[in-house]
Amino acid sequence: MEILLSITIGVVVGSAVYLLLTRELLRVIVGSVLLGYGINIALFMSGGVAPGAPPILAEDGSMPAPVMDPIPQALILTAIVISLGVFALLLALGYRTFEDHATTDVASLTGVEHE
Amino acid sequence: MNNLVVAPIVVPLAAGAILMLTRRLALQRLISLVSVALVLAVALQLAAQVWTEGVQVLYAANLAAPFGITLVADLTSAAFVAFTAMAALAVLLFAFPSLTRAQEEHYFYPGFQYLLVGVNGSFLTGDIFNLFVFFELMLMSSYLLAALGGRRRQLRETLKYVLINSVVSGFFLLGVGALYRTYGTLNMADLAVRISLSDSGGWLTVIACMFLVVFGLKAAVVPLHVWLPETYTAAPAAAVAFFAGVLSKVGIYAILRTYTLLFVEDPAFTHHGLLLWLALATMIIGIVGAVGQADFKRLLAYDIVSQIGYMLLGIALYTPLGIAGTVLFVVHQMVVKTALFLCAGAAERVAGTTHLLRMGGLLTTHGPLGVTYLVAALALVGVPPLSGFFGKIALVQAALESERFATAAVAIVVSLGTLYAVIKVFRLAFWGEVLGDRLVNKHSHEFRAMLIPIAGLLVVSVAMGLGAQQLHFYAAAAADQLLSGQAYIRAVLGEFDPSSYGL
Repeated sequence: MEILLSITIGVVVGSAVYLLLTRELLRVIVGSVLLGYGINIALFMSGGVAPGAPPILAEDGSMPAPVMDPIPQALILTAIVISLGVFALLLALGYRTFEDHATTDVASLTGVEHE
Repeated sequence: MNNLVVAPIVVPLAAGAILMLTRRLALQRLISLVSVALVLAVALQLAAQVWTEGVQVLYAANLAAPFGITLVADLTSAAFVAFTAMAALAVLLFAFPSLTRAQEEHYFYPGFQYLLVGVNGSFLTGDIFNLFVFFELMLMSSYLLAALGGRRRQLRETLKYVLINSVVSGFFLLGVGALYRTYGTLNMADLAVRISLSDSGGWLTVIACMFLVVFGLKAAVVPLHVWLPETYTAAPAAAVAFFAGVLSKVGIYAILRTYTLLFVEDPAFTHHGLLLWLALATMIIGIVGAVGQADFKRLLAYDIVSQIGYMLLGIALYTPLGIAGTVLFVVHQMVVKTALFLCAGAAERVAGTTHLLRMGGLLTTHGPLGVTYLVAALALVGVPPLSGFFGKIALVQAALESERFATAAVAIVVSLGTLYAVIKVFRLAFWGEVLGDRLVNKHSHEFRAMLIPIAGLLVVSVAMGLGAQQLHFYAAAAADQLLSGQAYIRAVLGEFDPSSYGL
C-alpha cells in the first residue's frame, strides 16, 4: 500500500511541477493546487498506513490491533480547507489579472517598468 | 496556565469579526484602534509577566502538552508581540489619512486585524502545525491587503506573491509530515526533547533545510528574495509599512525559534555553514540592489533584504551575544523600518510619485517630513543614540568574539552601503530644487495626521536607544532562554521524566 501511495505522490507532484513550469496562467494556478494535493497524500502517509484499520478506539475503549493514526488526517483536513481558500483567491486574482492585462501568458506578466 | 497569552490573538480576531458587520467607516476606525491599543496593553503586560515570572503557557481546553494546542510566551515572543502592536498602532493611524475611501470600504480594517491575528499567533504558538495555520492566516490577509485597490501592477505582483507562497506552503506541510513521521509529535517542546534524546543520523538536517526554504522565503533570504521588492512597491502604503516592518520578521522569528530549539543537532553545518553563507549573501546582494534603485519604495524594499541578513547573522553565529543581537535588531527594525516606509508613503502622497528624480526639494516644501525621514534613516544605519546602533554593535562584537573577522568586516561595509543608500534618497528626494507636483499642503490636516504616527515611532526608537542598557539585559536574557531551551521545555511539559520517553 505504501508503495502504491508513494507512486501516486510521485505522479501527482510530477504533474504539478510540469504545470507550474508552463507559461499558461491557469495551468500554473492548477499546478500549485495539484502540488498541495500531492503533499497532502504525503502528509497522510506520515502517520503510517494500515489499510482498513479504523482511526478510532474500539467501543470498549481498547485500541484495535491495526490502528490508523488520526492526527495526520486531522492535519490534512485543515490543509485542504486552507488550500481551498487559496485556490478560490488565486482563480479570482488570476481572472482579474487577465482582464487588466489581456493576457494569460506568464512571460508577459514580468514587468519591472515604473508605472 | 495563563489566559493572558491568548489575548493578543483573540482580541484582533473578535475585532475583525465585528468589523465585518458594520459598513460605517468612523465606527470601523474606532473599533480597529481600540483593538490594536488593547493588544498593545496586553502585550506589554505579558512581557512584564514573562520577565518577572518566567515563560507563560496556555493549554487550550486545559489539555496538557504535548496533546492539546499550546500557546507559549517566552521573552522573545512577548517582546516581538509588543513591538508588533506598536508598529500596528502607527500603521493604523497612518492608514486613516492615507487610504482611499474605496480601500477603506473594501475591508482594509478587518484584513488588518486578521493579519495581526496571524502574526501574533505565529509568535505565540508552541506547536509546529499551528505555526503553519497562523502563517496561512497571515498570508491570506496579506494577499487581501496587497491587492487592495486593484491597480494593474498590484494584481500582477500579488498573483506572483500568492503563487510563490502557495508552493512554499506545500514545503511547510511536507516538513511537518517529515517531523511527525520521525518523532511522532508536533509540539515544539516535546519535539525538542525527543530530538535531544535520539540521533537522527543527518535526517534532521534534511528537515532543517526544508524548513529553511519555507521560513527563508517568508523572510526574503537570498536567493528567495526576488518577490519582495515588487510586491512591496505595488501594495498600498499603509499595508506595505506593516509588511516591511513586521511580516518579514515573522520568518526570522520562525528561523530563530526552530534553529535554537529543534535543529541544533549539527550546528557546524546548519548554523556556521549554511546560515552564515546565506546571511552574508543576503546582506551583500540586498544592499547592492538597494544602492542601484531610483525608486523610493523599491530602494527601501531592497534594504529590507540586506537588514534580514544581519538578523540571520546573529542566528548563524549561534552565540549568546549573537542571538541577543538578533533579538535587538528585530525589534529595532519593527520600529524603524515601519517608520521609513511610512515616510515613503507620505512622500508618495505629497508628490504623487515614488520616483526619486521626480520629487526633489521635499525639505523645502515639506520640512517636517524631511526631518523625520533623516532621523529614521540614521536610526536604520545605526547612528547612536538611536536604536539601530546597539543591535548592530552586538552582532559585530559577536562575530569578532567567534573570530569571524571577514564576517564582521562585511557587516560593517554593508552598514556603510546602507548609509549611502538612505543618503541617496535624502539627497534626491529632499534636498535640491523643488521638482514635480505637490498634492498635499504642508499645513493641511492630512499632512499632520500622516506625520504623527511616524514621529511616534521615532520617539520609540530614541527611547530604545536611551534605554539601551535595559533593553540589552532583556535581549541577553531572551537569548539565554532561547539557547538553553530548558526553561521553555520545562514550562510547556512541566516536570517530566526523560526515561518515560523510552528512547
